[in-house]
Amino acid sequence: MDSTQLIAIFGSILLQSAPLIIAVCGETISERAGVINLSMDGSLLLSALAGFVAALLSGSLLLGFVAAAAVGAVFALIVAFGSLHLRQNQVAIGFVLAMLGDSLSAFLGQSYTRMPGPSVPAWHIPVLKDIPVLGPIFFRQDAVVYFALLLVAVTWWFLFRTRAGLELRSAGERPEAAFTRGVAVRKLRYLYAVLGGALVGIAGAAYSLDVKIGWAEGHTRGMGWIALAIVIFGGWSPVRGALGAVLFGATKALATVLQRSFPQVALVAFNAVPWLLMIVVLLLVSGKLAAPLLARAPATWRRAPAAWRRTLRGLLQAAPPAALGQPLDEQ
Amino acid sequence: MLAAAHAAASTDFFLVYLANIIMQVQLNTIHKQFGSLVANDEISVLFEPGRIYGLLGENGAGKSTLMKILSGYQRPDRGEILLGGAPQHFASPRQALAAGVGMLYQEPLDVPVFTVLENYLLGRAAGGESPRQAARALEALAQRYGFDIDPHEHTSELSMGERQQLELLRLLAGGAQVLILDEPTTGISAEQKDILFASMRTLAREEGKTLILVSHKLDEVQELCDYAFVLRKGRLVGGLPLPCPNQQLVSLMFDELAPRPARRQLGQHAPALSLQSVQVHTGRLELEPVSLQLQAGQVLGLAGLEGSGQELLLRACAGLLPLSGGSLLLGGESQPDWNYPLARQHGVAYLAAGRLEEGLVAGLTLTEHMALVSHTHGLLVDWPQNRKLAEQHISTYQVVGQPESYIENLSGGNQQRFLFAMLPQNLKLILMEHPTRGLDIRSTDWIWEQLDQRRAQGTAILFVSADLDEIAARSDQIAVFSGGRLLRSLPAAETSADELGHLIGGAL
Ligand SMILES: Nc1ncnc2c1ncn2[C@@H]1O[C@H](COP(=O)(O)OP(=O)(O)O)[C@@H](O)[C@H]1O
Ligand SMILES: [Mg+2]
Repeated sequence: MDSTQLIAIFGSILLQSAPLIIAVCGETISERAGVINLSMDGSLLLSALAGFVAALLSGSLLLGFVAAAAVGAVFALIVAFGSLHLRQNQVAIGFVLAMLGDSLSAFLGQSYTRMPGPSVPAWHIPVLKDIPVLGPIFFRQDAVVYFALLLVAVTWWFLFRTRAGLELRSAGERPEAAFTRGVAVRKLRYLYAVLGGALVGIAGAAYSLDVKIGWAEGHTRGMGWIALAIVIFGGWSPVRGALGAVLFGATKALATVLQRSFPQVALVAFNAVPWLLMIVVLLLVSGKLAAPLLARAPATWRRAPAAWRRTLRGLLQAAPPAALGQPLDEQ
Repeated sequence: MLAAAHAAASTDFFLVYLANIIMQVQLNTIHKQFGSLVANDEISVLFEPGRIYGLLGENGAGKSTLMKILSGYQRPDRGEILLGGAPQHFASPRQALAAGVGMLYQEPLDVPVFTVLENYLLGRAAGGESPRQAARALEALAQRYGFDIDPHEHTSELSMGERQQLELLRLLAGGAQVLILDEPTTGISAEQKDILFASMRTLAREEGKTLILVSHKLDEVQELCDYAFVLRKGRLVGGLPLPCPNQQLVSLMFDELAPRPARRQLGQHAPALSLQSVQVHTGRLELEPVSLQLQAGQVLGLAGLEGSGQELLLRACAGLLPLSGGSLLLGGESQPDWNYPLARQHGVAYLAAGRLEEGLVAGLTLTEHMALVSHTHGLLVDWPQNRKLAEQHISTYQVVGQPESYIENLSGGNQQRFLFAMLPQNLKLILMEHPTRGLDIRSTDWIWEQLDQRRAQGTAILFVSADLDEIAARSDQIAVFSGGRLLRSLPAAETSADELGHLIGGAL
């Protein structure tokens, strides 16, 4: 395999991972505010269908993405309303919605199966595309990939560098404290759950209009659950979540290569590879294993400058938002 | 000239007068009920600027509720809040702070995973301030009050005292003129307490702010405050300028002692429990060596403010905390490796304060509880038998409920009765935390009657209670704890609840 081939593989891994990255960012935003949107798998499917059909019928890609975002937002709104207003269990509502989205997409999508449709065109960025190695990987892609990469940066910046992000995180970490400081916890939770849901919807359309063009029954089935797992393994950080998504895409590509080299081994065995690798790598970077390792080296740990210590801790820390899924009684 | 000077003086006077009026806090007939429990019963108080007030009362007297109402955290059922004569309707603590009222809650209400700076910024009006400027402002403010705070430290790494300091600075930066501190000295070091009190004096004396210290500790209120309001069972029972004799405050805080019912002396001169220089260490508190004797049939009451060490001793006796020194003898036999299963085998029962947390299982019916405690090891549960048992206990212990009732739907008194019903017979020792907390008089008396019957059979009783009347009336011997030390051990027959109040307040 020569280097151009390798670069092409990396480029395609990035493309394949883009919808997952978008979905992970959306879910991270929602969970950071304290709302678990477990309906993701179903809403991805239904929004993939909605995006495809809307773009097909209207001839406008933009309209396709808007329709998909709307479907995702509505799913999230149902979860938010059920838990924040009706005080039902978020996990239960989300799970039922996941099933519902799956069945509904299969039913509604029957007459759109395996049809040719519109797709997002490639868009190479001038100048940048000519940078060796990085250019072909990052800048000879399409709008969806650029959006995904930009989204990671913006989400991180918003969560950890802005006042609004501070309020968002406080609603998910300690809603009582947020409330006493005048943060409108419930309103924020609605807002960010719906925003996160809309991003999940966009991820759905990114599949049907770009990465896996068209529609078939169960088109994206399973990707929602994977995204949920990546959010957790990524420690609720958009950057680590995006890395997790790319890693998942990379191991899938690896599985394909391996399968080609060892045709005598059953395909099913290679399908398990991404999962195994992901668990190993993500266990290594998540706090569960890192914390005891850090505790083993107390002397060096203590001598390190405080600022380093904090940065390292921040990188390795992976605790869920403390009030994830919990309601708040606003008196 | 003269006229001008005069005019200037009178405007000064007028301004001071105006400032005082503006910051005066008046609570008028505040009423707050939780279900049938009246936490605040028509309370009216007035707080003047530049002074430090103490709000005294036993646990559960309604102090926190009143202050949460003043700080916008809870809304009163009736009554009004006036700031400088203007009625206020706070919808949230944020609004209260905007009007100048800030409160430091009993539990620090901050976000532990945030940095100090992030906690400081959360909820602050944006005002074009950069994080760096905010950090500098925070440091400057901390310096002014003698606090030592690193804006970039994670809040979860701070001590309780430092978290309080952070919260206090945040309130001051938010424009608080009236500062309420709810039991701020629980869980902080003596040194931090001194710093805190010094800063409170500065705030009141030099900056003319109104300070309210909520506490059940007499000595710290006497040390710091100019005036004390006393709450008892939801009512305002008085206000006194300080310092004053502790006796006056004690008689306001605690009920008159009701005539003590004649109680039988049941000590049988057979040792039940003997503690020799027992020490217990936990992260928060160290219990200094304690030696106590308890005879069969005797009752030993452990008195003290919450967190003085008596609870640790009780849990150590139950085998739930390891002894870090000394020895424990049960029925004269030394027990070097004491633990909870062993304690149960030896006929020691332990009733925790949290009935539904530690004693009973929410979501199970009474019959299911019976099955849980019956010690049969068969695969199948004999439901008819357990149902019959539950019925028996319901009738003998007069529990208002059915065998099919879920335990959490019973009232507190009935839950406690059922807990007693589940205790095995012929125990050597019963250990109890707050055995009658939250129960009405009828249930309380009933429970002590049951305990008396057990005493007649030779069961010894060791209990912790915040109710001094209960301790004085039900014990043979009383042990008073303070700050992790056994202060005194005295015979109950010669001790009144008043004297106990004195002792636990650290007056003697
Ligand atoms: N949110 C609540 N729901 C029900 N009961 C409450 C609530 N808050 C306080 N109480 C009850 O009101 C009474 C007064 O409580 P509190 O004001 O916290 O007392 P204090 O601060 O003087 O110890 C207590 O009996 C307490 O159990
Ligand atoms: Mg209180």
